[in-house]
Amino acid sequence: MRGIVTGGIAKARTGIDGFDDLTLGGLPRGRPTLVCGSAGCGKTLFASTFLVNGVRDEGEPGVFVTFEERPRDIIDNVASLGFGLGELIAQRQIHIEHIAIDPAELAEVGDYDLEALFLRLDLAVEEIGARRIVLDTIESLFSAFQNPAILRAEIRRLFDWLKEKGLTAVITGERGNGSLTRQGLEEYVSDCVILLDHRVNNQVSTRRLRIVKYRGTTHGTNEYPFLIGEDGFSVLPVSSLGLAHQVHEERISTGISDLDEMVKGAGFHRGSSILLSGVAGSGKSSIAAAFAAATCARGEKALYFSFEESARQTVRNMRSIGLDLQPSIESGLLECVASRPTFYSLEMHLAVMLRQVQRFRPQLVVLDPISAFLDSGEQLEVQSMLLRMIDFLKSRGITGVFTHLASIQGEAKTDAGLSSLMDAWILLLNREVNGEFNRELYLLKARGIAHSNQVREFVMSDSGISLREPFLGENGALTGSARRFEEARTRRDEVARRAEVARLQEKIAQRRRRTEAQIEALHADLRADEIELRSIIDQETAYLAQAKSDTAEMAAGRGADSE
Amino acid sequence: MSEEQRTDPGEEPLKLTLYVAGQTPKSVAAIRNLQRLCEEHMPNRYEVEVVDLRQQPQLAREHNIVAIPTLVRSLPVPVQKIIGDLSDHEKVLIHLKVER
Repeated sequence: MRGIVTGGIAKARTGIDGFDDLTLGGLPRGRPTLVCGSAGCGKTLFASTFLVNGVRDEGEPGVFVTFEERPRDIIDNVASLGFGLGELIAQRQIHIEHIAIDPAELAEVGDYDLEALFLRLDLAVEEIGARRIVLDTIESLFSAFQNPAILRAEIRRLFDWLKEKGLTAVITGERGNGSLTRQGLEEYVSDCVILLDHRVNNQVSTRRLRIVKYRGTTHGTNEYPFLIGEDGFSVLPVSSLGLAHQVHEERISTGISDLDEMVKGAGFHRGSSILLSGVAGSGKSSIAAAFAAATCARGEKALYFSFEESARQTVRNMRSIGLDLQPSIESGLLECVASRPTFYSLEMHLAVMLRQVQRFRPQLVVLDPISAFLDSGEQLEVQSMLLRMIDFLKSRGITGVFTHLASIQGEAKTDAGLSSLMDAWILLLNREVNGEFNRELYLLKARGIAHSNQVREFVMSDSGISLREPFLGENGALTGSARRFEEARTRRDEVARRAEVARLQEKIAQRRRRTEAQIEALHADLRADEIELRSIIDQETAYLAQAKSDTAEMAAGRGADSE
Repeated sequence: MSEEQRTDPGEEPLKLTLYVAGQTPKSVAAIRNLQRLCEEHMPNRYEVEVVDLRQQPQLAREHNIVAIPTLVRSLPVPVQKIIGDLSDHEKVLIHLKVER
């Protein structure tokens, strides 16, 4: 909606949250606007908010012309919304003109007009220099006066007079049968008609606002839920959001390092919507809380909407898995908002949530669980409501974490048909194998992020959440005690094998030692033999030398003449 | 503002105020009709005040006047208001509860 150029018509801001966005600036300045609706739908409140904000924000004094309620009642009624109307009256910024006509004390004889009414309005406007005026509810005149022809002429004159005076006017009218107002006021007001509605569906009431007509301005034509809350009137033009939201490259941690690991160590994109679905007790809320805790740990703000547990209960439960949310709550980084799905209508829930988000400005929002709404509304309505919530969060770059209670194990589909809206989907399983339930986690999708395709075992302990790689045995992936048993068996095998190797090593070492000893012994033998051999050789040499000398001696003895 | 006073001490007086706005035909007709009425049907029993709200608009607020012309009988109580140019004398007298 933003960005459409509207020329021409000057606008007067109402200061009503959302309404000025919806109408691109407020009500047509200097022209009358008809606000119609059935009894108790907030017409008077709309009008008084318009007036009070006119003074407070725009410095435009205003006149409140009441035909029904007494001024005192009006002041009291809006006092609960924090409007110090009495003060503004004392400052001559607002004037309440009470026009009470008691038909019982009034008789009509002949021709008349409502000139005195004009004089009174003129006086009131001139006294405070009013730029805005509210007529609530002018149709009361029809019960006070008997001549409708005169009244119609006078009301037409009144609207002309308002325009002539350049007053931005809000005229309220009671909803009639088959027409917008009982007395057909819409035929006099051609510039802007706003319809307020108060509907009860399945014992839950919703307030809605629709701009029936706004001459010269593009405007949303849908019905928009509105709230009458502690801060007054607010409209939530949630359907006007498009797909033009900003895309973030930044990745944020999930608070579970093993899960971050599964998406290549960095977590999910900021501003993405993440769905956690699983059967009862599969750990949806725990993961959601981990997301919230991680957000707070980064110093950012997280808003946790819980539709099944109270805030305290959530804190207590998360403490059991080593997540203490209390300090974050105390430091104002985390806010838990708990409400039953049946407490309001869907629209109201959406409205309340959007309001909380606008007020708190978190970086991460958790809705736990979205499936809770399916009991309180039609599937299509739930879907459109959640779509609007997702759009709203995306448009603001807020990461959304939604949990969904699935009725069927591992069902890759949500009842609300939201899967296609989600950027990431973590599927949680709680499977019974060999007499025990084991939690498993699987990343069904993660747009724009490379991610593991493995089913991880999801273990919650008092030291936090961890994701174990499953044991890939001969008969497929094993989890739980089967995994632990397999792992133990592997460990035993390992020990046995190690022992065997050590034994073999020792054996070789012994053999080496023995061999070396034998070699040593042989060497010793050899050395002994050598010594013996050397002595034999010495003896032989000595013998030969002796023999030679003996021969010589004998020769000399025989006369040695032979030479 | 003009004032006429013709009361008899014996009878309960009627205190009447006629609110008009300038010299419009309806206002002029109402003043004329009231004068004739009073003179013809309740001589010496009335006290009439004519207020021009153009001159004193704050009196319209004070006395909660919406239509013009408005005739207010403030005495005897309860207060009775008649709006219109008072052209039907019979009706006016009935509403003023004046016995003829």
